[in-house]
Amino acid sequence: MADGLLTAGCPSGLAAPVEAAASSADFSAFVRHGDGVDALELMVTGAKCAACIRKIEGGLLALPGVIESRLNLSTQRLRVSWRPGALQATQVAATLTQLGYAASAFDPEAAQQQIDQEGRRLLRYLAVAGFAAMNIMMFSAPIWFGNDMGPGTRAVLHWISALIAVPAALYAGQPFFRSAYGALKARRANMDVPISLAVLLTLSMSIAETLQQGAHAYFDGITMLLFFLLVGRYLDHRLRERARTAAKDLLALQSVAASRLEADGTITPIAARGIAIGDRLLLAAGDRALVDGVVEAGVSDLDRAMLTGETTPVPARVGDAIQAGVVNLTQKLVMRATARAEDSAIAELARLIEAGEQGRGRFVRLADRAASLYVPLVHTMAALTFLSWTFGPFLLRQIGFHVADVGLHTALQNAVAVLIITCPCALGLAVPAVQVVATGRLFKHGVLVKSGDALERLAQVDSVVFDKTGTLTLGEPRLISEVAPALLLAAASLARISRHPLSRAIVDAAGPGAIESSAVEIAGEGIEATIAGQRVRLGKRAFAAPEAPENSDGAPELWFAQGGEPATRFVFEDAMRADAARTVATLRERGYGIELISGDSSAAVEAAAQQAGIEIWRAQVSPAEKIAHIAALRARGLHPLMVGDGLNDAAALAAAHASASPGTAVEASQAAADIVLQGAGLGALIEAIDVAKASRARSLENLSFSALYNFIAAPMAAFGFLTPLIAALAMSASSLIVTLNALRLQLSKGRAWIS
Amino acid sequence: MDIMIMLVPGALLLGALGLAAFFWNLRSGQYEDLKGAALRILIDDEDEAP
Repeated sequence: MADGLLTAGCPSGLAAPVEAAASSADFSAFVRHGDGVDALELMVTGAKCAACIRKIEGGLLALPGVIESRLNLSTQRLRVSWRPGALQATQVAATLTQLGYAASAFDPEAAQQQIDQEGRRLLRYLAVAGFAAMNIMMFSAPIWFGNDMGPGTRAVLHWISALIAVPAALYAGQPFFRSAYGALKARRANMDVPISLAVLLTLSMSIAETLQQGAHAYFDGITMLLFFLLVGRYLDHRLRERARTAAKDLLALQSVAASRLEADGTITPIAARGIAIGDRLLLAAGDRALVDGVVEAGVSDLDRAMLTGETTPVPARVGDAIQAGVVNLTQKLVMRATARAEDSAIAELARLIEAGEQGRGRFVRLADRAASLYVPLVHTMAALTFLSWTFGPFLLRQIGFHVADVGLHTALQNAVAVLIITCPCALGLAVPAVQVVATGRLFKHGVLVKSGDALERLAQVDSVVFDKTGTLTLGEPRLISEVAPALLLAAASLARISRHPLSRAIVDAAGPGAIESSAVEIAGEGIEATIAGQRVRLGKRAFAAPEAPENSDGAPELWFAQGGEPATRFVFEDAMRADAARTVATLRERGYGIELISGDSSAAVEAAAQQAGIEIWRAQVSPAEKIAHIAALRARGLHPLMVGDGLNDAAALAAAHASASPGTAVEASQAAADIVLQGAGLGALIEAIDVAKASRARSLENLSFSALYNFIAAPMAAFGFLTPLIAALAMSASSLIVTLNALRLQLSKGRAWIS
Repeated sequence: MDIMIMLVPGALLLGALGLAAFFWNLRSGQYEDLKGAALRILIDDEDEAP
C-alpha cells in the first residue's frame, strides 16, 4: 500500500486528520437498497488532494463486496455501493474514521441532489448560441469587407446565415422568451421583454431584408447578443446554484440518525423524520436530541448553548423536558419523544427563519431596479423612432420643407435598429460578472457568500449586532487559572472520560496523556476515581471539596481533590476570539453602530462587552426578543448586520438586513446567514463588507457605462446610421468593457484584515 | 468561388462536430467534479484495481 495510507487524514497535510473518537455514527438508516446493490451517500470532510481521493476510494474498494466508491471533490460527496449483505454501513464509517476523515450521513431525499438540470440546459443554450455566432461571423466578415461582392453572393451568404441563425436563436432564446412571457402574463415588464422583442423583431426584419436582397441583415448581431446574454445568465445561475446547494447540503446533514429502543431491548437506527410520538430513544453522551421529549431514565447534563446561548450546562433528571437541538453531555439517557421532528422546537425556529426571509424578499436587486427604469424608456424611444420616420416627412412638409416620404420599411428598420442596439447586452452582464468575481475573491479568503443579492445587502449595512457565545467568543471554555503541571495532568487523566465542556477544557490545557481506568462519571456532579487507594474527585465544589470556601465571582469552576490534600480550584472563561476587539474597533472607526445581544446572563454579557469594547449590550434575550430588536432597528431606518451562531440567533439572522455566521455555527444558522466566515477570526467580516462595497461600486459603474453607451448608440440607430457591422462592434465592445471592469475587483488590494 | 461549395459545408460540419462533442461531454457528466478531475490525473493507476 502507498505511504499515504500510513498517515491519518490528508497525506499532503492540507487538512487536519479527524480524531478517531469523533465519529462512530451508524449510517444504516440512510442506506438505499437498490436492485442487487446497496448504496450510501456520505458527506466527507477533510479530503483536499489527489492522494485523498486515492486513499478514500482505494480504502473502501478494499472492503469486501464493495462495487464502487466515487468521491466528488467539488461537492465533497462520496458514493459507495456494495453487494447487499456483504457489508454493514458501520464498516464504511469506521474505515473512513480510521483513514482520518470525518463523514456524515447525507439524505439524498432531503438534498434533492438531482443534477443541476437548469445549469445544464443553460450551458446547452450557450453552446448553441456560441456555435451560431462564430459560424455566422465567418460569413459576415466577407459581407462587411468584401467590397467587390455582388448582391447575388451576398444574398447566398445571408441565406446560409439565416439557416443557422433562425433555429439557433429560437432555441437559445428560450430562457428569455419564457421569462418574458411569464412577466407579461403577470402584467409586469422585466429585462427579458425588450430582449425577446428585439430578438424576434430583428430576426423577422433580417429575413425580410434577405428576401429583398438588402444589406441590413443582423443575423450575426442577434446570435452574438444571445451568446453574451446567456453568459451573464449562466454566471448568475451558478452563483444562485452554489448558494442553494450549500443550504440544501446543510439541511441534509441535519438528518442524523436517532437510536430507537424497541420493546425487546434491541436498538434500531432511525431517521429523524421517522420518529413517532411515544418512541423511546437512546441518547448517548455527545448525541443531539432530534425531537422534543421527556427523560425516562438516566441522569445527565445538557448543553443548551445552541438553543439559548447559555454557556453553563444544565442537569437533566427523570421527568425533565428535553428540547430538540440540545446535546447530551455526560451519561446515556433514555427519552420518550413527545413531538415529531417537524413539530419540535427546532421546527418552530425554522418557521421563524422562514418568516424572516419572507420579509427580506421585498429587497429589489440592483439589476431589476435598473431594468424597471430601462424597459419603458427603450420602448418609448423605439416607438418614437417609428412614428417620427413615418409621420416626420409629412409634418416637415406642412411647415415648408421639401422632403419626400421614406416609406414604412425604413421607419420599421430604424425602430428595430433602436431595439437591437439598446438590447441590454452589457446590462445583463454588468451585475452578474461583478458578483461572480467578488464572491470568488471572498471564497478564497474563507468567506462563503450565499447569493448575489447578499452582497448588495451587505454593502448597505450601517450597524452591526453581535451575538456573544460562539460569535464574539469561541463558545467553549478555556482554563485560565495557573495550576501546577502535575496536578493538571492528574486532573486531565480523569477529565478524559467526560464530554463536559469544562472537562474538555482541562484536557485541552493538559495535552495528550493517559486515561485513568477507574474513573467513573457521576452525572451532574463530577468524576470520581481511585488512584493508589486514594479517592480522587473532579467536579462541582459540593462534590469534590465541600469544605472549600465559596467564591462569589460566579466564573465557571471545577474543584479537584486527591485524598486528604487541600482541593484545587480550576477557573474557566469563555475566551474571546483573538481578533474580536480589533474587528469591533475597526468597524466603529468606520462609523458602524455596534451592539451586543445575548441569551446569556448579565454578568457574562457585560464582561464580554467590556472586553470587546462594545457599549450597548443586552442580556437574557430570547430568540423572539432578538427578532423584535432587529425589527426595531429596521423600523428606525437602519440596515443592521446580524452576526450570530446559535439556533437562537437563526431567526434574527434571517430577519436582519444582512447576516453572517462563523463556520462553527449550527447548520440552521449557517443556512439562514448570507455569508459564512470559515476561518477562526471575525476579521474576514471587514473584508466581506469592503468587497461588497467595492462590488456595489463596480456594478454601478457598469450600469452607468451601459447607460452612457445607450445614450450614444440609440440616437445613432434612431437616425438610421446603424449598420450590422457597427451593431456587432458596439455590442461586443460594451460587453467586454463591463467584464474587464468587473475583473478589476480581483486586482484591488485589501487583504490586511485576514489574520 | 467554386471552392466555397466545399469550404462552407466543411466549416459548418467541423463546427457542428465541436458542438456535438460538447453536448456529449455535458451529458456524460464530465463537468460534475472539475476540481477532482484536475487532481485525478496525478493518481498513478498501476496498483489500483478499479
